[in-house]
Amino acid sequence: MPKLLSKSIIYFILIFFSLIFLMPFYVLFVTSFKSFEEVSFLTMWNLPSSINFSSFSHALNQLLPNLWNSIKMAVPSTIISCLLGSINGYALSKWRFKGSEWIFTFILLGMFIPFQSILIPLIRVIDTIGLYNTIPGLILVHVIYGLPITTLMFRNFYVTIPQSMIESAQVDGAGFFKIYRSMIVPLSITGFVVVGIWQFTNIWNEFLFAIVITGHSQHPVMVALQNLAGSQVVEWNVQMAGAILAAIPTLIVYLFAGRYFIKGLLAGSVKG
Amino acid sequence: MPTNQVRKKKSARKFLKGNNISFIVVLPSIFIISIFVYVFIGWTGYVSLSNWNSLAPDLSFVGLENFKQLFTSFRFQSDIRNMIFFSLLFIFGVVGLGLFLAVLLEQNIKGKWLFRNIFLFPMAMSFVVTGVAWRWILNPESGVNLFLQKFGFSPGWYTDTTIVPGWKVFDIEFGLPIGLIAVLIAAIWQMTGFSLAMYLAGLAGIPEEIKEAAYMDGANKFQAFFRVILPQLKPITFGVILLMLQVSLKIFDLVYTMTGSGPNFVTDMPAIYMYETTFKGNFYAEGASIAIIMLMMIMIFVIPYIMRQKEEH
Repeated sequence: MPKLLSKSIIYFILIFFSLIFLMPFYVLFVTSFKSFEEVSFLTMWNLPSSINFSSFSHALNQLLPNLWNSIKMAVPSTIISCLLGSINGYALSKWRFKGSEWIFTFILLGMFIPFQSILIPLIRVIDTIGLYNTIPGLILVHVIYGLPITTLMFRNFYVTIPQSMIESAQVDGAGFFKIYRSMIVPLSITGFVVVGIWQFTNIWNEFLFAIVITGHSQHPVMVALQNLAGSQVVEWNVQMAGAILAAIPTLIVYLFAGRYFIKGLLAGSVKG
Repeated sequence: MPTNQVRKKKSARKFLKGNNISFIVVLPSIFIISIFVYVFIGWTGYVSLSNWNSLAPDLSFVGLENFKQLFTSFRFQSDIRNMIFFSLLFIFGVVGLGLFLAVLLEQNIKGKWLFRNIFLFPMAMSFVVTGVAWRWILNPESGVNLFLQKFGFSPGWYTDTTIVPGWKVFDIEFGLPIGLIAVLIAAIWQMTGFSLAMYLAGLAGIPEEIKEAAYMDGANKFQAFFRVILPQLKPITFGVILLMLQVSLKIFDLVYTMTGSGPNFVTDMPAIYMYETTFKGNFYAEGASIAIIMLMMIMIFVIPYIMRQKEEH
């Protein structure tokens, strides 16, 4: 694209915004490496005088069970919702039937609803089937309400596979499931990575379902972190260390697979 | 009638082939979504018209009583105001900053991927983590105020209860609550990466000839940008606005962690009110009414958007 501004101004602006964007990370890291004696309002921006891990061990002590809850919740939810989204997306893009477009829209709309509008019945039902305050209850909820987005992402992905490939496989006698297993799944490894990363990040970071469906002992890490941050007695170097611990899994995923994360972001943008 | 029978057999076989299997495969999802989305919404709608405002379910019908009470309450009126200003400024900020940074990154920049990754990084974070960090950065006695004080500024951030301009409308002062700006900064910081990624993809999709031609006309560079490039990005802008709108109308975790309702409800949001009144106060019918209002506000925008997308295909 032709030039709009001179290069040096552009670099200046980009570096300026980069610093702003990195500022919260700076504060999180700097504060969490300080000891309690060292944190104060006035020296917030100063580097720690020495690297001190006490706030991390303190935070880890508090959050370890919750981190474990989050793993137990996010991993199965991600795997199950990927599988369901994939088969749905395959069916709705490669084997269209009468009304399949409407069914897609019907499912897709579920992605936009504010979850507040289903929470009251949801809790009743989850309680009735004995899954209230359990990790399986949370998994069930994430799988169900992940259906629209995973279906959308896989559908958008499969639309790019030419229909002619399906047709020639059909001529060779392959049916719905055979084509899915032997052709679609191998072709959609990237799709699984993209959707998996997207779902894992969202489920790990999710807060509303987590706080409403689970009680204290089953809280995922985000709820525990919010409790830690809301408490008046917990020092803020510990809160910051807790925030880093809670963010580490998704940040690692982003650092190593950022490309796929961005792909997921684009794939999830609605194309009817 | 042998031909007819053959046809019947054929159609029976065809029934279990391809497209019908496809339907059967999708059927469980349709069933689950029907119940967990559509039936549940109906159920919530029913609760919103009931008298269930205590722990024990009381589903006696009271019509629009809960809605009437909400709209006459100071807190909910504040929520509506906050949501309007939050959504407008949030979308403006995310779209504007994302487009601006995307255009800068398009200018053959060295280290483009590094900048892009820095701007997109916050997208992978949880709103709860964002809230924890920004609550300290925008703490009136610390954080950025330590710099600003050197220039004689000392904003109260989320503790500020001023409403600008503060027209008296019903029970509240209408205008932009200054306290919301702190939340806006954190929210824009987190979500700008989204519009940036969308615009980068969009700009990459504009043919080079169009970009070149835009500048050949001898038109002013900025004029060319606004007249030629921007219209090409219109579908993306609509998409970003819609997706950001539903983020802002639902916003909960960030505000809940960072500021809560704030003094005088200056940073309160419908989602927070809904959560507190339903799950802490047991006012189920009131909570359901808030949820239904939130749902309607989102669907007013989402349904026409999706219908338009369908038509275009």
